[in-house]
Amino acid sequence: MKKIYLDYAATTPIDPRVTKAMLPYFSEKFGNTMSLHSFGQEAKQALEESREVVANLMKAKLNEIIFTSSATESNNLALKGIAFANENKGRHIVISSIEHPCIIESAKWLEKQGFEITRLKVDKYGLVEPDDVRKAIRKETILVSIMHANNEIGTIEPIEEIGKICKEKGVYFHTDAAQSFGKILIDVNKMNIDLLTTSSHKMYGPKGAAALFIREGTKIEPLIHGGGHESGLRSSTVNVAAIVGFAEAARICQREMKIESERLTKLRNKLIKGVLQKIKGSHLNGPPASAMPKALWAGPPASAMPKALRAGPPASAMPKALRAGHPKKRLPNNINFSFPGIEGESLVMQLDLLGIAASTGSACSSEKLEPSHVLLAIGLKPEQAHGSLRLSLGRWTKEKDVDYVLEVLPKVVKRLREISPFKR
Amino acid sequence: MPIYSKEIIKHFKNPKNVGKIKKPSGRGEAGNILCGDIMTLYLKIEKNEKGEKIIKDVKFETLGCVVAIANTSLLTTMVKGKKLEDALKIKKEDLIKRLGQPLPPFKIHCSLLAVDALKEAIYDYYLKNKLEIPEDLEKGHQRITKTKEELEKRYKGFQAFEKEILK
Repeated sequence: MKKIYLDYAATTPIDPRVTKAMLPYFSEKFGNTMSLHSFGQEAKQALEESREVVANLMKAKLNEIIFTSSATESNNLALKGIAFANENKGRHIVISSIEHPCIIESAKWLEKQGFEITRLKVDKYGLVEPDDVRKAIRKETILVSIMHANNEIGTIEPIEEIGKICKEKGVYFHTDAAQSFGKILIDVNKMNIDLLTTSSHKMYGPKGAAALFIREGTKIEPLIHGGGHESGLRSSTVNVAAIVGFAEAARICQREMKIESERLTKLRNKLIKGVLQKIKGSHLNGPPASAMPKALWAGPPASAMPKALRAGPPASAMPKALRAGHPKKRLPNNINFSFPGIEGESLVMQLDLLGIAASTGSACSSEKLEPSHVLLAIGLKPEQAHGSLRLSLGRWTKEKDVDYVLEVLPKVVKRLREISPFKR
Repeated sequence: MPIYSKEIIKHFKNPKNVGKIKKPSGRGEAGNILCGDIMTLYLKIEKNEKGEKIIKDVKFETLGCVVAIANTSLLTTMVKGKKLEDALKIKKEDLIKRLGQPLPPFKIHCSLLAVDALKEAIYDYYLKNKLEIPEDLEKGHQRITKTKEELEKRYKGFQAFEKEILK
């Protein structure tokens, strides 16, 4: 059976070009970057060259990149490291309500240590209102952490505006760019970012490598103490092979970003349009895709669910930019639907039996038995989150894959609705 | 090891006895407040020559996850053609045993849903035929009713809406 992978937001396969770049660093150039001899020098050189590539992709300086093992580690370092280094100034941190669990849980833990957390609400597209950030900042605020792009609904946050506000107020600004780095343009200077999290395995690099950008002069404490690697901010023998792979992945993304994002946007829009047309009651969670016919806008419903699901929010209630279809508010590769009357885990498993790999925000698929916090935050009711499906496209997604999904998905939804008591 | 056993996937892929029975002898609804799954189960009960009550036919409809769908399908195959009194004795543990491989702990509650719907359908049959209701069945009914009310609050308007979009 042909298998179609549409879960690139979860993780990506390593690009063969990346694998090739990594291979010499396992058995041949295996040195410890801290060693003085030629083996060490060779590893150190590879590390520093990799740092330069990653720094370049976000317009940062060489000494502002700290390599870590994962985006989760980077986010932990950003929140806890800033919190403990700056608690003399204050103990207040601002995050959004749709952050990745590693931010939410780090913030929750800091709360237990006596820090105060403000969780900003988002609108029905998952957007944080920059003015809410301004209002939330107080004298004691030391950090604002708002993600660049959401992993579930693909919303691209107005981080440039948020960064500007943080700069004005003299508060550190961190953004989790695990989903966006390598996919859309990032300029840490233009966007006034002080700390930025990236991840290698979301951009066709290996797992086990990630980075945290830390602006020069930022006061931060390390979480891992030891031999003083990564400017003393992240001790651990450096995983050179993975970092070389990460850098090669970044190099490829930089080269291909424009063409690839245009290609994916087209495929994404075709899939969204096709599904909304073919499947009754379906709606798109998150920001509208660009250039979509008016009738197909179907952001998350407002209050009265049935009506809202049918029609989407009234056009007049939408910001103008969104009414025109805003290509810059949604990641090129993200799609998130809700199909009322069915349950997401069943949907994902049926699709899997037909060779399509996707994911869901249904409570049934989570060990906590809670629906996705992101879908709830944009106003979905638990039963709507129950029937959600995320399709995330990537480098090996072809038009014929999209066509196959458009052929199979309506049938699967129909089948599950036949089993469902909600069809009378 | 895959998350689900072959038995679960078999029933999930091709669920048996999906649908409804017109003028059922008993109809039971159950919902799962933890995750929001909901289901309806229909029974056709007839007496055999010996005068024993037999489940002649059974059908179900489920809005739910893999385990909820598979379990209900499995349960219907377990009770079809069986004596009513034997069906009454089935517990969720019996279902779980039949699934072959241990369920992830957070999926155990899904198995309760199918059994609840069956018990509710039997309760409905007892009620309609003015039969004396066993104590366990009555207790179960009260617990299930409470959960269902919560779910109905949550799903209010859902049915009307579904009717409209799916017509």
